[in-house]
Amino acid sequence: MTAWTRRALLRGALGGTTVAVGLPFLEAFVGRGARAAVTAHPLRFGTWSWGCGVNPDRWFPAVTGSDAPFPVELAALTPWRHRLTVLSGFDAKLDGRPNFPHHSGVSALRSGVAPDADHTIPAASLDVLIAGAVGGSTPFRSLDLSATGRRSDTYSWVQAGVANPSDVSPLALYERVFGLAPSGGTGAPDPGLVLRQGVLSAVADDVKRLESRLGSHDRQRLDLYLTSVRQLERQLQLLAEPPDLAACQPTPPGEPDDTGTTLEQAVVTHKALVDVLVMALACDRTRVFNLVFSWGISELRLAGSNISQHQLTHDEPIDGALGYQPEATRFVLAAMDALAYAVERLASVPEGEGTLLDHCILLAHSETSLAKTHDITSLPMLVAGGGNGGLRQGQHLAGNGAPVSRVGLTLLQAMGLPVERWGQGALQTDRPVSDLLA
Amino acid sequence: MRPAVAPLALLLAACGADPEAAADLPEPASVQGPAALRRLTAREYRNVIHDVFGEEVAIPWRLEPDVREAGLLGVGAASVSVTPSGLEDYEAAARGIVAQVVSPGRREAWVRCAPAGPTDDACAEATLARVGALLLRRPLEPDELAARVELSRAGATAFGDFHEGLGLGLSSLLLAPSFLFRAELTEPGVPQLTPLSLASRLSFLLWASAPDEALLAAATDGSLGTAEGLDLQVDRLIADPRFLRGVRSLFADLLQLDALDDVRKDEALFPAFDDALVVEAREQTLRTVEQVVDADDDIRTLWTTRQTALTRKLGLVYRQPVAAAEGWQDTRFPEDGPRAGLLTHVSLLSLLAHAGRSSATLRGRFVREVLLCDEIPGPPTNVDFSALEGTAAGPTARDRLTVHMRTPACANCHEAMDPVGLALEQFDALGAFRTEEAGALIDPSGELDGLVFDDAVGLGVALADHPALAPCLVDTVWRAATGRQVEPGEAPLLTWMDARLATSGHSLRALLRDVATSEAFRHVSGPREAAP
Repeated sequence: MTAWTRRALLRGALGGTTVAVGLPFLEAFVGRGARAAVTAHPLRFGTWSWGCGVNPDRWFPAVTGSDAPFPVELAALTPWRHRLTVLSGFDAKLDGRPNFPHHSGVSALRSGVAPDADHTIPAASLDVLIAGAVGGSTPFRSLDLSATGRRSDTYSWVQAGVANPSDVSPLALYERVFGLAPSGGTGAPDPGLVLRQGVLSAVADDVKRLESRLGSHDRQRLDLYLTSVRQLERQLQLLAEPPDLAACQPTPPGEPDDTGTTLEQAVVTHKALVDVLVMALACDRTRVFNLVFSWGISELRLAGSNISQHQLTHDEPIDGALGYQPEATRFVLAAMDALAYAVERLASVPEGEGTLLDHCILLAHSETSLAKTHDITSLPMLVAGGGNGGLRQGQHLAGNGAPVSRVGLTLLQAMGLPVERWGQGALQTDRPVSDLLA
Repeated sequence: MRPAVAPLALLLAACGADPEAAADLPEPASVQGPAALRRLTAREYRNVIHDVFGEEVAIPWRLEPDVREAGLLGVGAASVSVTPSGLEDYEAAARGIVAQVVSPGRREAWVRCAPAGPTDDACAEATLARVGALLLRRPLEPDELAARVELSRAGATAFGDFHEGLGLGLSSLLLAPSFLFRAELTEPGVPQLTPLSLASRLSFLLWASAPDEALLAAATDGSLGTAEGLDLQVDRLIADPRFLRGVRSLFADLLQLDALDDVRKDEALFPAFDDALVVEAREQTLRTVEQVVDADDDIRTLWTTRQTALTRKLGLVYRQPVAAAEGWQDTRFPEDGPRAGLLTHVSLLSLLAHAGRSSATLRGRFVREVLLCDEIPGPPTNVDFSALEGTAAGPTARDRLTVHMRTPACANCHEAMDPVGLALEQFDALGAFRTEEAGALIDPSGELDGLVFDDAVGLGVALADHPALAPCLVDTVWRAATGRQVEPGEAPLLTWMDARLATSGHSLRALLRDVATSEAFRHVSGPREAAP
């Protein structure tokens, strides 16, 4: 065990109430199926989402199993076929609740709950559950990013009604993650940092006084505020220590800092965000991330076009000869190109005998299948990465109408969380997708 | 939104009463809703800092985003919390503010004692007690204050500078839960806000900011608890210049102008668009609101007035010359021109549109939901969009949307939204005037619940005459005041306020005064419990 890992474990053990310490933590640290292995790299979890789904016939492989060729809309990911599992036939089950377009499907997928009203956040999303378990030992519990230019574009839900806002500027993200320079390597604590921690300690004491006079609705909200205070206290402490990982070589983003609503801009922003994110992971600044490439009700356009992606999926005629909507489909292809870039960048960072991708579980998904009809059966999903040896890769798995929450449960368990059952109503499940696991 | 009740006019007609008589009735007893714990909105945060430390303090732009609920950020504020990344934002903002206000030239505005040396507990305590009461909107508890004095001393020792040290104590106040959240408290078993909680409700409603020292004093000395004392404070707050700022904040929230921050237009299609234009467009609309309220005109005039203010940059989009090379000029839209009222402002027209294309549906939905408080359900589940294929059939939005209105599943809602929005089709996605779309003449005529009009100007008149417009404003103000949805049993209270508003000549000042001095405003059902 390296000095770094000892320190990380110690941090976990000292984490107090905000960190789940013990076997689940250790499992998360070394990963399922790798418990006996000598390498001990932190296991990371990320989500990557794109809006407005796919053309199912052109996206899902025609056959299941390990030799399934990738059809045309997955072609960009062909080089990574052996590192991915394509999932089909996992449905959002709504228990008779309405299908709120572009919301119910992703809510089922990410939180295991079908919402009973539009635009509402019914429960914590799985990335937040994972960050709660493994995020306490890094400066950032999670990094939440969007290439769309809108901070409100996020599927990272902290609790009912509360979302983690997204970072949208690569430069601001870089400053946030790496801006606090280590104190010259001398090991001497920066007096400013110690005092900033003092500021937060005083604040934490105020919460108790206030909570005693509030109802339960508001106490829950202040509890989250207090968790955030504790997290920032830890963050200040952890950021003061220089990272000593070989692959940690952050460089500021070179692209001009701009965001906008064209697909072209989103592609550029996404690349710059991924570059900062990959370094944040390599430097162990965080172990959990969420990246939104495009939003469900996507306002992205091709430059010079006056119709947004979302509008196209509804208004554009299906080309009789092609059998699909050609303009809308360009956004699907661009999303898969972008995903391939993210996977390639994760695989480009060496860690021990392998790469960062080996030590990741990346869930890529959309919020619908065919957006034209807001179909939420067979939600398009990919799981990439080795999961520290815990994931089976290079296959197409069919759920045959199983609840989509089975995938979430599987990933929670693969990340080492002691969760036996997840989801609500028809989405409640205690059956992981065992074929997804090594 | 208010539960359906018979329109006031019908009720009154049925009773043979007139609005003036109804308005003279005493405030009806009403049910109460729970107290709110509201996170400061970005606007409120900015206003408080400016009030305490001076207008020139720059507020970092990045605060945890506000969330709109029941049409208002002011209601969403009672649901949000502070996430880990949000707290990073607030901490950075606190440091940014503190760095400015402790500097020589700025600190004199709030540090009123000369420190005896780098450490001076007495000066620190006096300063933090006074400023802390303004920030936390109540006197500090002894241990609360002691912790900040101690921090200030530790900082002063580490930095060798009194004011730098004091800045730490101040930072800690700017991150305190009692600063970031305004908690409405009651005494156990008494469904009435404490005087200090009432003071905050008043100042945030009327100023979009914290109480000043005089209001806090009225809360602590008991005078706010008397009818005369309350009237005195409410009149003072309304007479203060900060009242118009409060009105601006209310309308920025009501009209959803914050969403302009996310508006982008296609550069090739709309070369006039840039971020500065959006900022000025928002300011234009808020200035127009200010003009109407400052003159105490009928608030419904907002939808018909040609009076406005422009910059030269905006003048280019409005194709209206602006004499002033810099800054703002009060002006009028041409009397025979196509524009009158806020619906014809670039702010709302560009907000209620896509990046490349106008949207009659978004504009119509805004009028229905935001201005008339109608509820428009979302698109039906698994709606068959194939009806919309081949929408190239006609060149104009009216051609495209006719499909909606012919499709039974779509028709119910689109019949309510689209005819309203189509009246604004002579304004493109940026808000520039046009008479044609794709070479075809645009027909802006239509009707609003039986009121027929020829164009956008006529829509404004129909809207101003619409019986639901003023009651919807009352609803919205009530939601803003209480930080929650209207309770089902509150209809009689709001109907009473409707009548008072009508007899006041639709004076927003009168409405806000009525709300602020009402029994209902200072009562709550108790703390808010989580849904089971």
